[in-house]
Amino acid sequence: MGFEHFWLSGFDQIHTAFWTYLAVGLQNGAVYAMIAVGYTLVYGVLGLINFAHGEVFMCGGFAGVFLTRDILGDRTGTGWGSVALVLAGIAIGALVSALVAIGVEQAAYRPLRRRHAPKLAFLISAIGASYFLQTLAGKEFGYGVNIFPGQVFEPGQVMFTLFGTTIHTITVVSIIAAIVMLVVADRIVRATRLGRGIRAVSQDAETSSLMGVNIDRTITITFILGGALAGAAGFLYSLQSGMVQNAGTEIGIYAFTAAVLGGIGNLRGAALGGLFIGLFGSFSVPFAFEGNVQWTEIYTFLILVLVLIIRPTGILGERSGRTA
Amino acid sequence: MLTVTDAVVRYGTIEALHGISFDVQQGEIVALLGANGAGKSTTLRMVSGLHAPASGSIIYEGRDITKVKAHEFVSMGISHVPEGRRVFPQMTVEENLEMGAFRRSGPLRDDIEEIYVQFPILKERRKQPGVNLSGGEQQMLAIGRALMSKPRLLLLDEPSMGLAPMIVETIFSIIGQIRDAGTTVFVVEQNATQALRLADRGYVMENGRIVFGDTAKNLLTDPRVRAVYLGESVEGE
Ligand SMILES: Nc1ncnc2c1ncn2[C@@H]1O[C@H](COP(=O)(O)OP(=O)(O)OP(=O)(O)O)[C@@H](O)[C@H]1O
Ligand SMILES: [Mg+2]
Repeated sequence: MGFEHFWLSGFDQIHTAFWTYLAVGLQNGAVYAMIAVGYTLVYGVLGLINFAHGEVFMCGGFAGVFLTRDILGDRTGTGWGSVALVLAGIAIGALVSALVAIGVEQAAYRPLRRRHAPKLAFLISAIGASYFLQTLAGKEFGYGVNIFPGQVFEPGQVMFTLFGTTIHTITVVSIIAAIVMLVVADRIVRATRLGRGIRAVSQDAETSSLMGVNIDRTITITFILGGALAGAAGFLYSLQSGMVQNAGTEIGIYAFTAAVLGGIGNLRGAALGGLFIGLFGSFSVPFAFEGNVQWTEIYTFLILVLVLIIRPTGILGERSGRTA
Repeated sequence: MLTVTDAVVRYGTIEALHGISFDVQQGEIVALLGANGAGKSTTLRMVSGLHAPASGSIIYEGRDITKVKAHEFVSMGISHVPEGRRVFPQMTVEENLEMGAFRRSGPLRDDIEEIYVQFPILKERRKQPGVNLSGGEQQMLAIGRALMSKPRLLLLDEPSMGLAPMIVETIFSIIGQIRDAGTTVFVVEQNATQALRLADRGYVMENGRIVFGDTAKNLLTDPRVRAVYLGESVEGE
């Protein structure tokens, strides 16, 4: 017995359930990637990690689930009906999180920027915002894990059946929505005037203002963009996991890890990093000792450390520590 | 065109400018000279809105612009080439030029080509990121970028800093051409001889004050200037 057997049985499980591991990995990766983009964009323009971003993500979960139910009423769907429901949840989650992100920027960061506060002040302020949002959500919707209101958005909704395998709506929509939103975000940053403003502020804020870029407005737009993606991710995650929770820190840390892995400040890096962490986490489940899935977290962070030792700036990162 | 009166600028509790007054007339090249730390860059930063004065006034084209925000200056026809060039490191030469026209709409192709005529080296390097350029090339890019906004008043902060003499010649002759094309120039320089040869008038700063100002011709022969700021070139002549 022992080690060899352990490895073999791991590969065996992957062999028998490859598509399931792949689907779960892609689903999770999509969520991480969408959140990671927000970390990376805000890091670009502000030169700091928005530690309240995990809670922006969380708000997307609550809004997507509860607000959508309030608006549409209890309903379940199958086929295209279920797709429409999920899309509605994504839109509402994205909208609310974008608004929350604006609020975080206005309340926690802008006053400090006005006063040229040191970086540490921003960190404390972010932690404050993050507790505020967690507690507010807990007070409104209950603390800790809440089992999903099953009447609507049943996690197991089936979209269609392919070769005898049922394909869940959530898997398909998560992946497609993530791809669409990430591509749109990438295009905005690379090919529009708004995006040029964001890149200019990231590279040299003061000089960008000499070019006529309104820094405050650009920062707000960056928070909207990152918030919308995180909100969509929040809703998708709730649907995937079948629960809502008044915390976003844990998933937030994974997404933050993804952003660092990909090269903080780099949008495509964040997307790639998210996908990688999702897939890696999923495929390492069979290699967890005694079936204890917490091993996957250990593996994931080991990989992070290894990558950073080899490439301190992350996979696609060119520069490290350069602030906006 | 530009009139600054009794401007005081503070960095926190430190007062960097103790109430300075000067003016720049349409069509002139005006040089601002002074030793390190005299407050030259602070003066330019104040004029382009990066650092608002605590008191005093700035009148530009008859309008009080003392409280205008930095990002609105470029639309008013003021363009600032900052100290140290500050090209966007991860943008290509061409993207940097486009940034100069950030507040303008419409096609930029012709304007970019015009800059390339003035600075042929930039055309050769147009796909290179800013960080890969040499100091001289970066300075040309910074000036070209500023010209993309079609300024009426161009502010230059030490355009010759750290450049080889031949490149300095080129830069100064370009500054002359820019003025001849109708743009007023306010230039900060430590390279006093060359700046004064090009300029119509000059001001001399010391410890946050403008200590005197005169025509460039008079300043070039002024013993106070020769002793302090032209020390090296006195021997060279
Ligand atoms: N951001 C800042 N915070 C505090 N003090 C500053 C700041 N920038 C400049 N100063 C101070 O203001 C004074 C004027 O600085 P400024 O940069 O305007 O000088 P300068 O004439 O441009 O010098 P140099 O020739 O070295 O560029 C100096 O004493 C400097 O230390
Ligand atoms: Mg200076």
